[in-house]
Amino acid sequence: MQNKKKNLLQVVMDNLKFPLLAILFSFIVGALFIVWTGHSPLVAYRELFSGSLGNFGRFGESLLKTTPLIFTGVAFAFAFRCGLFNIGIEGQYIMGAIFTVGAGWIFRDLPGGLLIILLLLSGILGGALWAFIPGILKAKRGVHEVIVAIMLNYTALYLSNYIVRTVLNPSVLLGTEKKASTVMLPEHGRLLHLSKIMPAFGYSSVNIGFLIAVITAIVIWFVLFKTTLGYEVRSVGHNPYASEYGGISIAKNITLAMVISGAIAGLAGAVTVAGLSYKVDQAAGMPGYGFSGIAVALVGQNHPIGILASALLFGVLANGERKMQMAGIPKEVVGIIQAIIILFIAAEQVAKYLPDIKKKFFKNKTQEVQK
Amino acid sequence: MVVFIALLASALRLATPLIFSALGGVFTERSGITNIALEGMMIMGAFFAILVTEFTNMPWLGVLAAMVAGILTSMILAVLSIHLKGNQVVVGTAINLFATSITAFLLELVWKRSGQTDSVERALTTNPFHFLENIPLIGKLFSGMTPFVYLAFVAVAVSYYVLYKTPFGLRIRAVGEHPRAADTVGINVYKIRYICVGISGMMAGISGASMSLGTISLFREGMTSGKGFIALAAMIFGKWHPVGAMFASLFFGFCEALQIQASTLGFDFVPSEFLQMLPYVATIIVLSGFIGRAVAPKAVGTAYEKGHR
Repeated sequence: MQNKKKNLLQVVMDNLKFPLLAILFSFIVGALFIVWTGHSPLVAYRELFSGSLGNFGRFGESLLKTTPLIFTGVAFAFAFRCGLFNIGIEGQYIMGAIFTVGAGWIFRDLPGGLLIILLLLSGILGGALWAFIPGILKAKRGVHEVIVAIMLNYTALYLSNYIVRTVLNPSVLLGTEKKASTVMLPEHGRLLHLSKIMPAFGYSSVNIGFLIAVITAIVIWFVLFKTTLGYEVRSVGHNPYASEYGGISIAKNITLAMVISGAIAGLAGAVTVAGLSYKVDQAAGMPGYGFSGIAVALVGQNHPIGILASALLFGVLANGERKMQMAGIPKEVVGIIQAIIILFIAAEQVAKYLPDIKKKFFKNKTQEVQK
Repeated sequence: MVVFIALLASALRLATPLIFSALGGVFTERSGITNIALEGMMIMGAFFAILVTEFTNMPWLGVLAAMVAGILTSMILAVLSIHLKGNQVVVGTAINLFATSITAFLLELVWKRSGQTDSVERALTTNPFHFLENIPLIGKLFSGMTPFVYLAFVAVAVSYYVLYKTPFGLRIRAVGEHPRAADTVGINVYKIRYICVGISGMMAGISGASMSLGTISLFREGMTSGKGFIALAAMIFGKWHPVGAMFASLFFGFCEALQIQASTLGFDFVPSEFLQMLPYVATIIVLSGFIGRAVAPKAVGTAYEKGHR
């Protein structure tokens, strides 16, 4: 028993080693950029972290920023476990958000609890539908999901803009002035702020969406590692042909993994709309949660529990950048830090082969010496 | 007629950055590397073109700087995905994020504000061949044509020649289709891939310069607004062929011109968002093979390991 526990600890430590190294390295690189601006990195990082963790209100805001990242990170990881690269989370998020506003208008007369459940479900539906397209195209026609998903991201952006401008615009539904955003969600369809339960959160608009995100991560962990469905999905990701030989359908699992991934991304959109913005605005570019989600998932080693931790880190960084900016340090340092983390992790996937490379390298060296 | 010429001229200008980037995409993908970092390399090109022009007042030096910036950025992709065999899409995503952040960072450092730079005094926004404007009827077409527009078509011709008429081009295509076979006959797979990724960086760099130096003579955060991904779409729509990519870029450029001028043309019965969507939807349809199927080079997206079965 003692022995087994130690092994578990070792496994955890092994998995933590690279992400921690990546984070450390990226903060060092970030520090170099800060020095370049003529500021002290220590001051900058102090501002960054006091801006996001300094008091309960700020911590609440950090949790608010963490919320969508948990969803998008878990969404990415689920598809990744099936060997799929879901770069389309942005689009699925957008569709989830616009579906939520639509449902909010259609079901506006329903009572609160029921309405909120319907809102979340329609967000899930929007994201799942949008992810179904790359999923089925990959499964049935062998089209690479990355390209289709990128194209669908922009399609979703413009489709959403169109809907915001026409179908769901207050000028159409309420006959008021034309606006650059949709109608607002009815009051009783909005998610409860945590400050109502825990007054310590104060002004922060962190809401039960955060709890929904945590629950989603735990549910997905259970599905992935404790159910037949999860086993099949992971098996296809690990070795599709062996899985098919063992009676697991590649096409079915690819489509399913993509749809579930999209459903989680859509839920992120629903929770953001129902918990924070209450509407969707016309947008010139991507919301960015999907791309951050990729980073979050990679740092979290594509494990839902690891993702909870890495989403918190990214949420803290995103929330602290404003206070750092106020101290005169360009907030883009945070973006640079995030990019370095991803690059490092991308190279890390390689580090698993490092012993192999080392061996080859040394072999070449010795050969040269012999010559 | 005048309206149509104006529309066509606008389409040509808007297609120019797409042509450059799509050609860059053709080279990388033909050699077997997925390049979703075109957007990031374009941002770098756009920024460094303005930065260098601002300080030297020599716009062509700015173009050179854009090319160098593009190449250096592309080398991140090359090293991580060719030698270290990192996931090409992950690296591409990181490069896009990195380029967005670093340019915004430098913008604040140099111009002491965020959002956009000052306009450079000398840019490349005018037609270098004035005599063409005297041609009757179509003369107007050339009035707003920047040097980049001419360069883009030269680049198409050169790319076609290199890819299809030289041994080097044959090697590129071999590496993208079947790297192991290429390796067996003595082609250096890694070297070819490095060169191709470098070419794409150079092309995307010029593409960025054509947007900043060639259009608005300043750099603005988010100015590429997904153009790198439209270029990717154009490359696929053009079936990984330089001439095809050019026609696809022209078509997408025309759609954008139509969308911008829709209201003046009385062409607003199609919602502008649908015109914006068109390139992306068209690409998905072509990819899924419902109309004239587009097939990617076989080895695209997979790292090549020597001696690996």
